[in-house]
Amino acid sequence: MIARPVVDVPRRGAILLAALLAVLLTAPWIVNDYLITVLILILYFAYAGQAWNIMMGFAGQLSLGHAIYVGLGAYVAAALFTQFGVGPWLGLLAAIPVAAACGAIIGYLAFRFGVAGVYFAILTIAFAEFARIGFDHLSFVNASSGLFLPVTQHGHNDLWRLRGGPVMFYYVILAATVLAFALCRVLLRSRVGYFWLAIREDEQAARASGIDTFRYKMYAVMVSAAVTSFAGVFYAFFYNNLFPEQVFGISRSIEIILGPIIGGVGSLFGPIVGAFVLTGLAEMLNTVLMKFGVDLPGVKQVFYGICLLFVVVALPEGVWPAVARRLGVAGERR
Amino acid sequence: MPFDVYLNVAVGGVLTGLVYGLMALGLSVIFGVVRVVNFAHGEMMTIAMYLAVVLCAGFHLDPLVLLLPIATVLFVFGYALQMGLINPFIRRPEHTQFLLLVALAIIIANTLLIIFGPDARSVQTAYGFQSFQIGPLIIDAAKVYAGAAAILFTLALFAFFRFTRIGTAIRACADNYTGALVVGLDVKRLYALTFGLGAACVGAAGTMLVLIVDATPMLGPGYTLLAFVIVITGGLGSMPGALLGGVLIGVTEALAGLFFTPSAKSMFAFAILVLVLLFRPQGLLGKRVT
Repeated sequence: MIARPVVDVPRRGAILLAALLAVLLTAPWIVNDYLITVLILILYFAYAGQAWNIMMGFAGQLSLGHAIYVGLGAYVAAALFTQFGVGPWLGLLAAIPVAAACGAIIGYLAFRFGVAGVYFAILTIAFAEFARIGFDHLSFVNASSGLFLPVTQHGHNDLWRLRGGPVMFYYVILAATVLAFALCRVLLRSRVGYFWLAIREDEQAARASGIDTFRYKMYAVMVSAAVTSFAGVFYAFFYNNLFPEQVFGISRSIEIILGPIIGGVGSLFGPIVGAFVLTGLAEMLNTVLMKFGVDLPGVKQVFYGICLLFVVVALPEGVWPAVARRLGVAGERR
Repeated sequence: MPFDVYLNVAVGGVLTGLVYGLMALGLSVIFGVVRVVNFAHGEMMTIAMYLAVVLCAGFHLDPLVLLLPIATVLFVFGYALQMGLINPFIRRPEHTQFLLLVALAIIIANTLLIIFGPDARSVQTAYGFQSFQIGPLIIDAAKVYAGAAAILFTLALFAFFRFTRIGTAIRACADNYTGALVVGLDVKRLYALTFGLGAACVGAAGTMLVLIVDATPMLGPGYTLLAFVIVITGGLGSMPGALLGGVLIGVTEALAGLFFTPSAKSMFAFAILVLVLLFRPQGLLGKRVT
């Protein structure tokens, strides 16, 4: 059971993975604080993308409202911290069931009534928007004026209360990303994982061969929501401020899912590669535009959009499958 | 509050809702035929709104005069978009189409931001402050014109789909893709025409909407969502359904803004969407497809 995440990894893949992990582990000694912040952002999106991928990539259920699970995780942990002084890790223990329950409600309503495909995707947006406006008027968490976590001096790192400098946050999100990756690998090779893939490929055939599709789709939504909620807890304690508009907004949901789509939906490396490509692209555009002295609002986003357009036209399966074939590690099943 | 206040707000909501309905009709036509969800719908409408603002300010034209020209411009835009970009994507998975249209939406919104800046723009019309009085009702003239234009445009589109050969051909594509190919229809061109017509609807709706709201570059996502809500409420593929959904959402938002706070009004629209999806997934006027 313990060895499961590492069994039959292709040799070349294992070496590349170890090398990548070594680079990421030593990064704080190599690069400056700015790049650490960028790496935190990349790993955050890799983590959230991985969580989203459980639902869409494995079980084929397109969620366009994943910000709701990030937001619930963030608000539950932050509210417990500011109102009752409960630390983030205990807060996470509360956030996970809340997010999973929310996922269960959405899943139950949708799958019971046969809401599927595009309709399901729009239902998830509707719930996220509903939560955004709801939190905008919830005075317990300061409504639209925002919830702020007390900021302390970056003198020492308090891992238990998640107060400290960027390097600590870097290792926290790196550990989370590695864990999420391992979890997804285990899931994908378990009984549940095979059922999910069967549902993704052909739901009717899956049901005909005796899979309780309702139950396994519910599992997918709940696991995905639970894993996503940690991204919210991390977000709250890293940024120290929460606004419903910023956390639940539709653009947040889109940000989360762009990575895995660009990287390659359904693959384990897709979300990670996608996060590197997209955040790297955004930062590169920043640097280039700054060099040319362009600081008109919107210019960066236009280039970003054009790059997205280019990727989706040129590599409809995502970046990772193409890269994997080049590296000779394409053995990973999609 | 006296009863006639509610009535006034409700009538205003109906008229605004008709314009919403026309916008949503575009989405419905595109999804019903091409089977692509246009995630750039709201952004296409902001293009129309800015065209209206610029032309009104530059040439002192009335938005009502600009209705058809702007709808035509958007038709050409939509046609070219479907021919050039979207046609290769029609058989691809939904998330790939989603990415394509989101990329397009980002480009449109930010290009508008670069050109016009973040400030809100509005149009001045001769009838901007006029109103009609019918008994206890006082209705903005601008809203009446906008609502009437929306109804006329919808009727024209309905007649096109019902009575012309091309309209019939498009409906054939929607009913049976393979069948349409077999009888020799040029499906890709018909898809482009459909996307163009859908874009023309948002073009017309956007032109009317500047009479009611100010144009800002980042309006897009909100209206895209609103169009989804309306179309699903009314029933995808049903033309009267889109108008009915628009009116329903328009009235709901107007009354919610009156009873609660205006900032919470779209929560009620989403609540309606959730209820409809759960209890009548095919929409109020939609046909159940198995």
